[in-house]
Amino acid sequence: MNNIKVKVKDLSLRYGTNLALKNITMDIPEKMVTAFIGPSGCGKSTFLRTLNRMNDLIDNVTIEGEVYIDNINIYDKNIDVVNLRKKVGMIFQKSNPFAKSVYENIAFGPRINGISQKSVLDEIVERSLKQAAIWDEVKDRLFNSALSLSGGQQQRICIARSLAVNPDIILMDEPASALDPISTAKIEELIHELKQDYTIIIVTHNMQQAARTSDLTALFYMGDLVEMNKTEIIFSNPAKKQTEDYISGRFG
Amino acid sequence: MNRNVKDTIFEGLTGISVLLIIFIIVSILAITIVGGWPNLNWTFLSEFPKDGMTKGGIFPAIVGTAVMTIIMAIAAVPFGVITAIYLAEYASEKSVIAKIIRFAVKTLAVVPSIIFGLFGLGFFIGFIGKNMDGLLNGGELRWGQPNILWASLTMALLTLPVVIVSVEEAIRTIPREMREASLALGATKWQTIRKVVLPGSVSGILTGTILAVSRGAGEVAPILFTGAAYFLSNLPHSLSDQFMSLGYHIYIMSTQSSNVDATQPIQFATTLVLLLLTFSLNAVAVTLRYRIRKKAK
Repeated sequence: MNNIKVKVKDLSLRYGTNLALKNITMDIPEKMVTAFIGPSGCGKSTFLRTLNRMNDLIDNVTIEGEVYIDNINIYDKNIDVVNLRKKVGMIFQKSNPFAKSVYENIAFGPRINGISQKSVLDEIVERSLKQAAIWDEVKDRLFNSALSLSGGQQQRICIARSLAVNPDIILMDEPASALDPISTAKIEELIHELKQDYTIIIVTHNMQQAARTSDLTALFYMGDLVEMNKTEIIFSNPAKKQTEDYISGRFG
Repeated sequence: MNRNVKDTIFEGLTGISVLLIIFIIVSILAITIVGGWPNLNWTFLSEFPKDGMTKGGIFPAIVGTAVMTIIMAIAAVPFGVITAIYLAEYASEKSVIAKIIRFAVKTLAVVPSIIFGLFGLGFFIGFIGKNMDGLLNGGELRWGQPNILWASLTMALLTLPVVIVSVEEAIRTIPREMREASLALGATKWQTIRKVVLPGSVSGILTGTILAVSRGAGEVAPILFTGAAYFLSNLPHSLSDQFMSLGYHIYIMSTQSSNVDATQPIQFATTLVLLLLTFSLNAVAVTLRYRIRKKAK
């Protein structure tokens, strides 16, 4: 097993008084793919969004516990959330490119970090698009609107956009749930490529997708972490009855 | 009474109401066009009034209205946009301050325009202008009297709610996912507003501006005490000059003129110019707003 990248200790989250995550503790290894599965409303997306403090944007959320990334507690008072989010990129369920050109979408992150030299931006844009395996499809229309691309292409543009700020960790919130099977396969292939350089955490509804793409799988249910283990063990020989029931489709 | 009869009566009432409204708008247009069109020509638009304002054109009133609305927009739009950004992006739904601001904006929108005029007279001329004269001109009267700057600023206050409401509506149509995408890339809140939210709200800002301009171009009461002049032989050269305005020109031509009958063609033609101006500005605003709403869906 690789080094631990993310260490979560006793994390609880409330929406108002409603307890949405209950004392989650888990270790997420570096440069591997960790999948979160579970029925709708089980807390897996909410948990994912605690890892880049995206829940901070919602009124009424209270969080207890600690999340260490590279041994630094990201909920410490002195943490700069802006820097945290540069290090922890996020891909959303619905692809959300900006209403700008492909080039400007990718250059957005570098630009807000103060990079304005055209040659440097060109290089970042090309490298990021290549990493996201979409360079060949868009290299002739870099200055067309990103919204003119297909859904699957838009999602890979979003991945490239997030790679352009050099994150260590990429959070993916059901990145392929709105895509057709071919686009989904491309995204999964890409996840496989990216894990050589990045720690990837993916939330998915699709258990086959978790089985295909991930090294580790964690099952959430009603705000609890039910079980977490190597993916092949979760899918062949889970320790808990609840896990077995869920992956065999008996509930959820 | 039979239910069907009631139904028919009510349907008839709705029909009459609709017809009445159409009748009113058609009458206004017809009377103005019939009375004004024959007198509308290039000379009328490009010349100063002549012969005790019974002849000649309305050029200074057109220029005055244009300059006043431009200064008004320069003041009202940035202020309105910043307020709208605060309401849409910074204030939480439950915040007391946001509720107070919303209440203030709504109240401002229903304050009678003559009250704005009196406020402008008291605040801009009586207070700010007088004090400026005291500090800058050694008490010599320059800013402490009606001028185009105070009139424009008074008008800006009147149109501020229009700008705030339009811009806030446009900002709220930017999907949350767009903001999250930007924040997740490590953008600060301000970077997100500047690079994602505002560029996406440009048409809303434009709509607000145009609605404000079309409202301001037609109003008379706020400028009555604050800067509009009966007749000027020159165009305004500085912000401390008075100006002529289309709406005010119509008012004085129909009430203060030495020979009301002789000026009737001028009144009609001036009214037609003002109507055409405000209608076309509104048409542009409505089109823009329609596009925003379509995009939001």
